[in-house]
Amino acid sequence: MKTDDLVDMLARGMTAPEPIHPSARITAAIAWGIAGAALGMALLLGVRKDLVEAAALSMFWVKVFLPGSLAVIAFYAVRRLAIPGLSSARALSLLGLPIALVSVLGLASYASATAGERSGLLWGDTWYLCLICVPLLSVPLLVALFRVLKELAPTRPMVTGAVAGLLAGAVSAAIYALHCPELAPPFIAVWYSLGMATTALAGAFAGHYLLRW
Amino acid sequence: MRLVRPRPDENESAIPQEARLKELFVQGLAGDAQAYHDFLKTLAPRLRAYFRKRLIRMPNDVEDLVQEALLAVHNNRHTYLVDQPVTAWVYAIARYKMVDMMRRHAIRDSLHDSIDNDLEFPELATEDSTACRDITKLLLMLPDKQRLPIQYVKLEGLSVVEAAQRTGLSESSVKVGVHRGLKALAAKMRGNL
Repeated sequence: MKTDDLVDMLARGMTAPEPIHPSARITAAIAWGIAGAALGMALLLGVRKDLVEAAALSMFWVKVFLPGSLAVIAFYAVRRLAIPGLSSARALSLLGLPIALVSVLGLASYASATAGERSGLLWGDTWYLCLICVPLLSVPLLVALFRVLKELAPTRPMVTGAVAGLLAGAVSAAIYALHCPELAPPFIAVWYSLGMATTALAGAFAGHYLLRW
Repeated sequence: MRLVRPRPDENESAIPQEARLKELFVQGLAGDAQAYHDFLKTLAPRLRAYFRKRLIRMPNDVEDLVQEALLAVHNNRHTYLVDQPVTAWVYAIARYKMVDMMRRHAIRDSLHDSIDNDLEFPELATEDSTACRDITKLLLMLPDKQRLPIQYVKLEGLSVVEAAQRTGLSESSVKVGVHRGLKALAAKMRGNL
């Protein structure tokens, strides 16, 4: 078929496309993902019983705010990545901010502790649970996000997948924080970050294979 | 508003090009098939120039890529945001399709050594050359519920209502068939290199 014939074919009987609202679609995916993660956590783990008292502690809010802010930036980045021709450099570089912040907090706390306290601050009692639960609870959101991204046109499939994974991991970490008893900054800096890095890696891998068009 | 920054080698008159393409595309997206036709028609030679400039060593792939990019533009036209420059959107798609094709070539070539690339004589580049890969043949590989709607609506120019009567499908199935069929066609083009 000649290119001119293809042009004729594509234009013939063309109808106006359904408008797609990327922000609304991604927001809806996040809503489903939050519901899925919350349900999963309620069934598997339960919310910490002292949630109300914990909410009075500033570290509790750091623990929620940190993945929360990452999620907001990742939302912004993934929305831009999903549309051809939008630059995402600024959004991607902003992702470094919360990560830098938690690293500083974690390092400062670790450095100012005595040698005897350090191991407890770093490892806590539930580090393995954090590493399992953050990726596990992120699965519903990751699936919902990929469904939306498949209908859009990301021109960097691997990066888009990674940021979608980070977004899913960040939302899941914020929800897991409602269960997690740990409050030490080094613990959060290491294990929450590793949990989210796992989902970002899984997202990058999935994006490489599933988001091509 | 952010400045449109045209690449220096794209076109000297990048701004008029943007204005013209945008006008046609926006009208086309609103359902004006003639404007949409003119948009694709204006776009094709620009895509050809874009790929030809970047694929000097693969001249035989240029027309295939032009067709693949045009189909990708069509299949993803719903992702265009009205406040963004059409040229940025189009060239991002073109660039993606080019990188994707080179990646596929790299995978294929890693499986066997190819020597014929160096033996080919440069061919004359006629403007509307037929691509190596024939879309008509790929269309025949689609399942009936996609192939027939495309055949009647997109090739023979029947209305959706007529195509529905001819195929016995519902009108919405005809529309869905066209939509899914063109997406499947894009996938077949990728599989076919």
